[in-house]
Amino acid sequence: MFYREAGQFKDNYASDQALFPIAQDRWFVMIVMGIAFVIVPFYIDDYWTNAIMLPFLIYALAAIGLNLLTGYCGQVSLGTGGFMAVGAFSTFKLTTAFPELNFIIVVLLSGAITASVGVVFGIPSLRIKGFYLAVATLAAQFFLVWMFNKFGWFLNYNPTGQIHMPPREIFGVLITGPRAAPEVKYLFVLIFVSLCALAAKNIVRGRVGRSWMAIRDMDIAAELIGIRPLEAKLTAFAVSSFYVGMAGSLYFGIWLGAAEPIEAFGIEQSFLVLFMIIIGGLGSILGSFLGAAFITLMPILMKNFMVDGLGLAVVTAKHIEITMLGVLILFFLIVEPHGFARLWQIAKEKLRLWPFPH
Amino acid sequence: MMFKRIVGTLVAGALAAVFTVSTATAYELVMPSLDYRTGPYAPNGIPFANGYHDYLMMLNGRDGGIEGVPIKLVQCETAYNTKQGVECYEKVKDTAPSRSLIVQPLSTGITYQIIPKASVDEIPVHSMGYGRTSAANGKVFPWIFNFPATYWDQAAVFVKYIGEREGGMENLKGKKIALVYHNSAYGKEPIRTLEKAAEKFGFEFMPLAVDHPGQEQKATWLQIRKEKPDWVMMWGWGVMNQVAIKEAASIRYPMDHFLGVWWSGSENDVLPAGDGADGYLSGAFHAPGDTFPVHDDIKKHVYDTDKALGERDRIGEVLYNRGLIAAVYATEAIRNAMKIHNTKEVTPTMVRDGMEALDLTEDRLKELGLPDFTIPVKVTCDNHAGPRKVAIQRWDAKAKKWSMITDFYDTMNDIVDPLIEEDSSAYAKENNITPRDC
Repeated sequence: MFYREAGQFKDNYASDQALFPIAQDRWFVMIVMGIAFVIVPFYIDDYWTNAIMLPFLIYALAAIGLNLLTGYCGQVSLGTGGFMAVGAFSTFKLTTAFPELNFIIVVLLSGAITASVGVVFGIPSLRIKGFYLAVATLAAQFFLVWMFNKFGWFLNYNPTGQIHMPPREIFGVLITGPRAAPEVKYLFVLIFVSLCALAAKNIVRGRVGRSWMAIRDMDIAAELIGIRPLEAKLTAFAVSSFYVGMAGSLYFGIWLGAAEPIEAFGIEQSFLVLFMIIIGGLGSILGSFLGAAFITLMPILMKNFMVDGLGLAVVTAKHIEITMLGVLILFFLIVEPHGFARLWQIAKEKLRLWPFPH
Repeated sequence: MMFKRIVGTLVAGALAAVFTVSTATAYELVMPSLDYRTGPYAPNGIPFANGYHDYLMMLNGRDGGIEGVPIKLVQCETAYNTKQGVECYEKVKDTAPSRSLIVQPLSTGITYQIIPKASVDEIPVHSMGYGRTSAANGKVFPWIFNFPATYWDQAAVFVKYIGEREGGMENLKGKKIALVYHNSAYGKEPIRTLEKAAEKFGFEFMPLAVDHPGQEQKATWLQIRKEKPDWVMMWGWGVMNQVAIKEAASIRYPMDHFLGVWWSGSENDVLPAGDGADGYLSGAFHAPGDTFPVHDDIKKHVYDTDKALGERDRIGEVLYNRGLIAAVYATEAIRNAMKIHNTKEVTPTMVRDGMEALDLTEDRLKELGLPDFTIPVKVTCDNHAGPRKVAIQRWDAKAKKWSMITDFYDTMNDIVDPLIEEDSSAYAKENNITPRDC
């Protein structure tokens, strides 16, 4: 009834190629963005920023990065935590070595450094496929974290092995550190993530994205129609790592402010981001957001509901939360193996037919 | 239908709970407790959280709180995970009506995260014998306290103790001392002090890292078997402790030369190794056991009235008593704050003043039902680490009991003080803090 595209004619190429060809989708996204940019900053406080919005947005960025590689190009990676560490440590080294450097440039440079590291670890993907590649990227995870922990240079010789984000300003507004206003941090990350998501959406619709998908679907056929696997796979690793590196940079710089390599960038991080894209939907930008929301927000939501709402003991709530999260993941994967993005799509199809399904 | 009914009940329950919470109006002292009763660190997190909880509940039951103002204990589960710790801190910090009066994260990683935030939010943090050592310098860290002693003091005292056992500090020359440490900010804390001490006394220092969570230590102990260090120190936590002590027992490392930090010396850590753990040593700053008058009050007001979260026979374990003494320090600081500011409705800022004026004498400890339990603590504006004294306790596997075997040792000021000064001034410089005058 509300969601019907009847009467929306596309009479030029631009409207045919629009990101959201259906007017209702366009409006919906605009309203969400409007709320996120205009209304949320007025109401956001420390808790909402540090416990909810920042983790959601930053993990969404990392999930988009991994989705480009795994969901679109078909290369399984377990190195996300390691690549996030590269982004975080690049940020730390850059911002302590050049305190005057604008933090936006620091984040972009950290992404670029991670991209180059990602390409190096992507080279084996030309020979190794599937599960075997996952093991090869696992090596990246362990090697990178070990390296950052081992050599004092990366930590600026901090005796406790921690990295700390010093306070930084952009255009005279404090952006990192404990004194930065929550809405500033939130808006900064939101702008980054929105622009990156927009760019990702366009990359995957273009020539590069199509070549990735061709490789994913059948690499021999892709080669036969003239796609060079070397180029396609390495660009996928580069772009993916660029995103993951930026996510690592924001994760350390804006959200945590202090990190130690093993705990903050361990193998759990890699699995977490992989779960996000599996649950959210492989090969979908929207799925990256939905998956990140599910994995980061669901535990907090359940905890707050059970502890503050139902008044359960804290530890009981925690046990239920862990169990429920596992059950929910199983449930959603059985109901819809292609993730939330596919559920969303099905919902839209049904809405088109509603109230006369057939 | 069934589903709808369940959802309906849940929603109704939630709404009812929300409304009952918001009707409370009388002033309460909000004391958060960041627990971890799940995950690989739970064996150590549970007794500590129980001790903290029980003492506060006992005060509520016996005295109606502190000076008659009830305590509102807000628990939050961190699972010893830094990110969940940050979430918990943000959640509890502004709890009505008094805001969080004092935060005790019981995790060095979480403490590091909270230090800059709490200083801005103006909430005192007490990292009791853990966390950032250089927070001892109250001039740079006005909101952070780490009495009664720091990691660096413990490392220094351990070297002293080893020297004594070897028959004099000069005999340390040429000895080999290994450190088995949790590969995190926590475990790395003592390394610099021990390096300095190695330089000064001429022993060989051998750091051996164990990765989180510490269940896999075969390689570490193989190396110890090969290199045969004269002494092994341990900075471990959670399952890592049990595994290390078991491994040490299985390579027949002499337990009386194996010395754990005070976070590696509780019943949970040694019991799994059985008789093999007999004679294992660890640092301590308070007595073990449930023989103090305060424990009787706890049994009467908490366990007999079914308010307890733990089991009655685990009262008086080392970490239980540590949680208890943490609660004693916090409540005494609040009492102090009430006296200084002459009000019962204290705020976090006042509690900070109370912490800085804390002077817990033996007489006062006796009044609190803790005679000969620990050393007197006096905190000042520039010294947030208090007395900085450490004793050694030993495990008797037959009697299944810890007992203190030494007096309290003083730290080595010539090694530790310059390090604290150096580290805190580096922090001040990095974060544009001007040290205040004391």
